Amino acid sequence: MSAAPAKRTTYREAVREAIREALLRDPRVFMMGEDVGRYGGAYAVSKGLLAEFGPERMRDTPLSESAFVGAGIGAALGGARPIVEIMTVNFSLLALDQIVNNAATLRHMSGGQLSVPLVIRMATGAGRQLAAQHAHSLEGWFAHVPGLRIVVPATLADARGMLWTALEDPDPVLMFEHQTLYNMEGELAEDAGPVDIDRAAVRRPGGDVTLITYGATLYTTLAAAETLAAERIESEVIDLRTLRPLDMETIFASVRKTRRVVVIDEGWRSGSLSAEILARVAESAFYDLDAPVARVCSAEVPIPYPKHLEDAALPQAPAIVEAVRALMPASVSR
Amino acid sequence: MTTPPSDHAVHLLREMLRIRRFEEKCAELYSAGQIRGFLHLYIGEEAVAVGVMQALTPDDAVVATYREHGHALARGIAANALMAEMFGKQEGCSGGRGGSMHVFDAAARFYGGNAIVAGGLPVAVGLALADALAGRRRVTTCFFGDGAVAEGEFHESMNLAALWKLPVLFLCENNLYAMGTHIERALSQQDLPAKARTYGMPADSVDGMDVLAVEEAAGQAVASVRAGNGPFFLEARTYRFRAHSMFDAELYRDKAEVEAWKTRDPLRLLQDRSLVDAAGFAAIDAGVLLEIADAVACAEAGTWEPIAHLTRDVYTPALEGPRERRAR
Ligand SMILES: Cc1ncc(C[n+]2csc(CCOP(=O)(O)OP(=O)(O)O)c2C)c(N)n1
Ligand SMILES: [Mg+2]
Repeated sequence: MSAAPAKRTTYREAVREAIREALLRDPRVFMMGEDVGRYGGAYAVSKGLLAEFGPERMRDTPLSESAFVGAGIGAALGGARPIVEIMTVNFSLLALDQIVNNAATLRHMSGGQLSVPLVIRMATGAGRQLAAQHAHSLEGWFAHVPGLRIVVPATLADARGMLWTALEDPDPVLMFEHQTLYNMEGELAEDAGPVDIDRAAVRRPGGDVTLITYGATLYTTLAAAETLAAERIESEVIDLRTLRPLDMETIFASVRKTRRVVVIDEGWRSGSLSAEILARVAESAFYDLDAPVARVCSAEVPIPYPKHLEDAALPQAPAIVEAVRALMPASVSR
Repeated sequence: MTTPPSDHAVHLLREMLRIRRFEEKCAELYSAGQIRGFLHLYIGEEAVAVGVMQALTPDDAVVATYREHGHALARGIAANALMAEMFGKQEGCSGGRGGSMHVFDAAARFYGGNAIVAGGLPVAVGLALADALAGRRRVTTCFFGDGAVAEGEFHESMNLAALWKLPVLFLCENNLYAMGTHIERALSQQDLPAKARTYGMPADSVDGMDVLAVEEAAGQAVASVRAGNGPFFLEARTYRFRAHSMFDAELYRDKAEVEAWKTRDPLRLLQDRSLVDAAGFAAIDAGVLLEIADAVACAEAGTWEPIAHLTRDVYTPALEGPRERRAR
């Protein structure tokens, strides 16, 4: 790692700095979305960028998700490098047609003639009592679709570094920023820059159980790992970073070592990313396991408004601790 | 010589004041942390909901947005049930599951509480379609903002309703802004009635700060829809006095613009016009404040739904017996 001095920053500022860098580095880059300019972004991510880059490159759109996402696809075909912001993943459903039927397929349908170098950023996730139309975690759905790359920055370094790499990718990349992370504060190296978007990262090494997660539940999982450590259960925590394509090598290497695996995902359990990961573990690493695969997901309910019910619907540290304890031999767990 | 204010004027004033005081209280409770999530206030726009509701019968349906406290109150949903919903208590009109943005009341035929911009329009078209299929003469009124006019769902719904001659009143609350985006920066054609007419439906525009004008325009629009002439588009030109939501620093509009609109406060306009004097106003206000205080007390006394109920109401509970053999 570099020994460059670090500065205090937030996840929001890290994303903003990444957008700024992209606009400075490449004249083909522009950003568009609802209220990204004058308003400064629904989550204040792009605050100040209109003044710096002007309304052509920090472009406010009307409420027309399907049209401006589709226009992003067209602009990418036409040689631009668009960053399209959708306020929240629930609103991306109005643009699902363009994302799934165009962005993901044009390369293939054209027999390899076309590429869509487009980045779509959006907020995702629950935790702020925004109820059932503003709080879902649908990134797992998008990870179902061949032709898309799905990235989820959970750390300041990834919030700062994933965007440029995504823009360099010749194909569409969807980036999911968990709503509760924007205010997260920490240290980031002054010279932080682009990072890879291919590999999962081990955020905490451990030998007893592999905990696989991404996004905001990384921190819930790390908290659970702390609790478990006090019981002398050492967790290896993997941050997926990229949901498609999955870095199974990192997962298999960890599972071979720990022989136990739990996936923690804010998405629903049924038909989910967690199911995909565990199916692959069962397919390819079954004989490395000492215990059944397990997972902690959101309850199968649209996100309810009251805090106690929202909390109950989401993966929480005690549930992760419970799930791990259940996998351990009796002598270790008590 | 003075004419006393008419009972009707007093009624309209009281209805608008109920919304104003309810929401002022909500803003306070939000700061106190008792209401959470997103809170969008309707203050300044009260004349629209109150004026339009006068034209509807209890049989008619209403579809609204996330800025719907005013519509809910004017539709007759009790302040107690609404405030309990704001708190997330199970006594709330949506059982506490929806909160500020998702107010529902099936008995009042109040179908949300839709927080996806333009998401309510197709649903309104469908409610009207059901009435048409059943041969019922009911009207579905769909409230939405100027922002919704840019969405595909707006255009698809307008076309469907006109094509099938469905009994929908499309009620556009044009408050000039969609969050921070002024209508001039969002719509190539800002003459909204003209836009609606291209779908082949009658359309009109009304001063949304003047409750009497709204009432009259809505009355004519509803009469046209009820007479079987198909959908009607009515634009109410209005303005929100408060921020878009509690997170909005309002960097996109001038204070002077807000102040200029406040001189046309719908409450003041009606008060002046209907000759309600200060004492009369204070008397109405006292009653309203009591109602709101009672609503807050009820919400505070309300109960939290047990966590054991978490996955309730995802599906409708099964009736007795296997459904494939159930008699119709
Ligand atoms: C499909 C969709 N896109 C974006 C949003 C975020 N959003 C919520 S309200 C709003 C502004 C809507 O403006 P308008 O329709 O004029 O209604 P107003 O808030 O002025 O009453 C936006 C952009 C959303 N809820 N749904
Ligand atoms: Mg508006």
